[in-house]
Amino acid sequence: MSGPGIPWYLAVAALLFSIGVAGVLLRRSPLIVLLSLEIMLNAANLAFVGFSRLFGEMDGQVFALAVMAVAAAEVCVGLGLIVAMARRNLALDVDTLTELRG
Amino acid sequence: MGNFLVWAIWLVAAGACLATGLRVVTASNPFSSALSLIGNLASLAVLFLLASGEFVAAAQVLVYAGAVMVMFLFVIAYLGGRADAPWAGGTRLIQTASVISAVSLLAVVFVALMLNAGGRLSDEAEVTRAFGSPGEMGRLFLTDHLLAFEITSIVLLVAAVGGVVLGMRSAAEELADAKPSLQQTVASPEEAAR
Repeated sequence: MSGPGIPWYLAVAALLFSIGVAGVLLRRSPLIVLLSLEIMLNAANLAFVGFSRLFGEMDGQVFALAVMAVAAAEVCVGLGLIVAMARRNLALDVDTLTELRG
Repeated sequence: MGNFLVWAIWLVAAGACLATGLRVVTASNPFSSALSLIGNLASLAVLFLLASGEFVAAAQVLVYAGAVMVMFLFVIAYLGGRADAPWAGGTRLIQTASVISAVSLLAVVFVALMLNAGGRLSDEAEVTRAFGSPGEMGRLFLTDHLLAFEITSIVLLVAAVGGVVLGMRSAAEELADAKPSLQQTVASPEEAAR
C-alpha cells in the first residue's frame, strides 16, 4: 500500500485513546465525560480498522460497526440520564453526584 | 506522486484528528467541544477510508457525525447555561495524577505494541477492491456475524426503551406539579364550610 503503514494508524489510535482517558479523568461535566468516551471508542475503532487492513480480514470492520452501535446506545442512555438529572435540579457535576438513590 | 498525495492527506487527517480531540477535552464551552468532536469524527472517517474501510467511513459520517452528534447538540441547547463546564475538576493533585495516568497508559500501549508486534506490522495483506465495500460487509453480517448483528439490534432496542423510561416524568413529579391547583380546588369548599 502506498502511504503510511499500519503502525502510524496504531500510534494515532493510542494518542487519541489517551486524550480520551485524560478527558474522562479530568473533566467534571458529565456531557464532556460522554464526549471523551466517544473519543476513546473511536480510537479503538481506528485500531480495529487498521488491524483489519493489516491482516486482510474484514471481521475487524464488522466489529467497528458493532462498536458504533454500542456507542449510539450508550449516548442514548447517557443523555437521558443527564436530562433527567437536569430536570431534578441536580448539579451537572460528576464530583458532587455521589449517590445513586433517586 | 500518488504516494505523496496519500501521505499528505493522511497527515492532514491525523493532525486534524488529534487537534480536534485535544479541543474536545480542553474547551470550556460544551458547544465547541461537541463541534470539535464532529470534526474529529469526520477526520477519523478520512483515516478509515485510507485504510480501505469504505463502509465504516460512510457509517461513521452518517451515524456518528450525523445522528449521534445532533442529539448531543440538542441536549446541550436544551440545558442552556447549565451545560457550561469550567474545565477541570478536583484538586491540583488529582489533576496531575489524571494526566500522569493518561500519559503512562499511552506509554504502556506503545511499549506493548512495539514488543509484541514490532516486526510483523509492516507486511500488509493484499486486498481486493471488494475489501470494505458495503456488499462484502452485508454478506459478513448475514453469514459469519449473524448472532452479533441480532444482539446489536436487541442492544439498540433496550437502549431506546431505557431512554424513553429515563425521559418519562415519574408519577411523583406529576403529582408535585399538579398539587397547587388541586389543593386550591379542594381547599376552597372547606374554607367556605368553616
